Amino acid sequence: MIDAAELKRRAAELLAAHPPATTDRLDFLRARFDAGLAWVHYPEGLGGLGTARSLQAVVDAELDAAGAPDNDPRRNGIGLGMAAPTILKYGTDEQKQRFLRPLWTGEEVWCQLFSEPGAGSDLAGLGTRAVREGDGDWVVNGQKVWTSSAHNARWAILIARTDPDVPKHAGITYFLCDMTDPGVDVRPLRQITGEAEFNEVFLTDVRIPDSRRLGAIGDGWKVAQTTLNNERVAIGGMRLPREGGMIGPVAKTWRERPELRTHDLHQRLLTLWVDAEVARLTGERLRQQLALGQPGPEGAGMKLAFARLNQEISGLEVELRGEEGLLYDDWTMRRPELVDFVGRDAGYRYLRSKGNSIEGGTSEVLLNIVAERVLGLPSEPRTDKDVAWKDLAR
Amino acid sequence: MSDLLYSEEEEALRSAVRDLLADHCDAPGVIARTESDAPHDLAAWKALTDGMGLAGLLVPEAQGGQGATHREAAVVLEELGRAVAPVPYLTSAVVATEALLEVGHEGLLAELAAGRRIGALTVALNVAAGGAYKVVRHEGGALHGELTGVADAAVADVLLVPADDGGLYAVDAADATVTPQVSFDLTRPLATVTLDGAPGRLLGDAEPAVRRALRAGAGLLASEQLGVADWVLTETVRYLKERKQFNRPVGGFQALKHRLAQVWLEVVNLRAAARNAADALTTGTDANVAVAVAQAYAAPVAVRAAEEALQLHAGIGMTWEHPIHLYLKRAKSDSIAYGTAGVHRAALAELVDLQAP
Repeated sequence: MIDAAELKRRAAELLAAHPPATTDRLDFLRARFDAGLAWVHYPEGLGGLGTARSLQAVVDAELDAAGAPDNDPRRNGIGLGMAAPTILKYGTDEQKQRFLRPLWTGEEVWCQLFSEPGAGSDLAGLGTRAVREGDGDWVVNGQKVWTSSAHNARWAILIARTDPDVPKHAGITYFLCDMTDPGVDVRPLRQITGEAEFNEVFLTDVRIPDSRRLGAIGDGWKVAQTTLNNERVAIGGMRLPREGGMIGPVAKTWRERPELRTHDLHQRLLTLWVDAEVARLTGERLRQQLALGQPGPEGAGMKLAFARLNQEISGLEVELRGEEGLLYDDWTMRRPELVDFVGRDAGYRYLRSKGNSIEGGTSEVLLNIVAERVLGLPSEPRTDKDVAWKDLAR
Repeated sequence: MSDLLYSEEEEALRSAVRDLLADHCDAPGVIARTESDAPHDLAAWKALTDGMGLAGLLVPEAQGGQGATHREAAVVLEELGRAVAPVPYLTSAVVATEALLEVGHEGLLAELAAGRRIGALTVALNVAAGGAYKVVRHEGGALHGELTGVADAAVADVLLVPADDGGLYAVDAADATVTPQVSFDLTRPLATVTLDGAPGRLLGDAEPAVRRALRAGAGLLASEQLGVADWVLTETVRYLKERKQFNRPVGGFQALKHRLAQVWLEVVNLRAAARNAADALTTGTDANVAVAVAQAYAAPVAVRAAEEALQLHAGIGMTWEHPIHLYLKRAKSDSIAYGTAGVHRAALAELVDLQAP
């Protein structure tokens, strides 16, 4: 196993061979990937060294201190957080070689074509069809929705129905879809904040070669679980200092603007401050368990906790601001590359955080997951499990 | 950053205490005891102290204790909370012991640590660290006055009494009149302590001793509350998998599942907060904030967990025979003990500079 000292040595070697001051940004990132220092827990040859994930921090610190460029991970959250682990687990050697390097460097941004107008919480009910032409390409038709970054993305992870004659979970296949295909039509979907972070994506006779199928035909639901589990980890798993989340801006306003304080707001602020601090400690406890290789079930709850906290804290912040709370910074329709929670006003945070209990699994679905997988309670009776997808009521 | 996990030794301690309580403190026994002349279970206490040396966890070995820390004491309290065990652990082995550690009285410390004597600080159970407490009159070399709301005083051998001259005095229980009060939590009964010219030995300054004792009491109470909440959740989940209505287990209805999942989330959070408080008391780093956060969070969570457990058990939960009420009463009493959540939030307002209007 490669240890921290060895990683430092390799980082120094990389920096010596490609001095950040005189090396093109992309060249440096590619060299870093090839040196196995991109994500050290990935296998050798795919940007990693097959060592402990926790050691990544050692590399990041060394390179950061030397002024090396990073891969701007926020621009490609879906690629790094969801597509990459799924390709690593299910991809062919050719797929891993082709996709992981430009994904990690940010040369190729990814988006996720999962949700549909008729398939939200019941994602497995999706209706986008992929039909194979003999032994040749797949031809895809359907509509996807809530697709963040679709307007910047070069590639998409896509799940589509390949067999309508079997129960819904069994007839899905997972593909890697070229977003430059002429049949892909991306249209902005304006949201309550005024901007259009996400899109509708219409797929009309989109051709996907069979070499871009990920996993076996009909295994798409299983493959998608890897993607979705990683999504929830990514959403709930950020490390925070005290007051590091949304409570920070409210606490700052409270301290700086005594004229805004009321007794009612004070009580609510303190309660939320405590809740935020305790959620932070719970996240820290989860990370300590993970570091020992003992992942606890706490992770299932982190996204739930942060969704509620973000919503309540930002709601309080709008009220605290009084007359300013009646205003909004900017309703202009934009298509941002990044979600920016801190750069905008309380009203924006309040509206945007409404999505936190919907995106990546609604809080209601997550409560079911906790109840069934953690507490072992029975599921509701299902009427859709043993019926061919084409015979389901919709 | 605090260590928020349990060590292997702490897990071993937990199973030893759990085994012992399974033998001594089963629910029907605890319920029967609550209305007897002896609500405290001194046989269990003897096993915990004589047998396992647990009363001395916070006392250094040189002073006759085990030289362990608040982290281990917190694990013991989790288990005592899970069993709503009627033993004076929090009051004697934590609160009275911390007061004695502050004034540095080695003789009494060693006696409490060994479990040979039980101590009680005669401050009402609802008082938080830094809060006002009643004192007795020190006059002519003797103590005079009446103090109420003193938890576990009925089984105490020695009372630690703050007096109006600023001193903390040790009074033998035999020299005081201890009268049980009808308590909401029958497993941690309160009593009135009346001193009528009782002789007392001056131990040292009362104020820092009381403050330190109540802070540790509040911080470790969070672990007891965690134990209470964890037991009611586990038991309710078990029951709802078994209880059938409408031809299926009621635990399969989403309306109930979501409520249990919500309780689970809060118990997970409470575990992190309680471990953080125990660790902070051990290291002394950031302890005031950690204790205030733990208490501000723990009290409503433990109460809600017990209330949900009662509602989800429905009719059977309202009976005297079923142990849920013991946990509800303990949780509700605990929500007042060593300061309410609101009192701890007010303390935080100062500690983290979120001042009141």
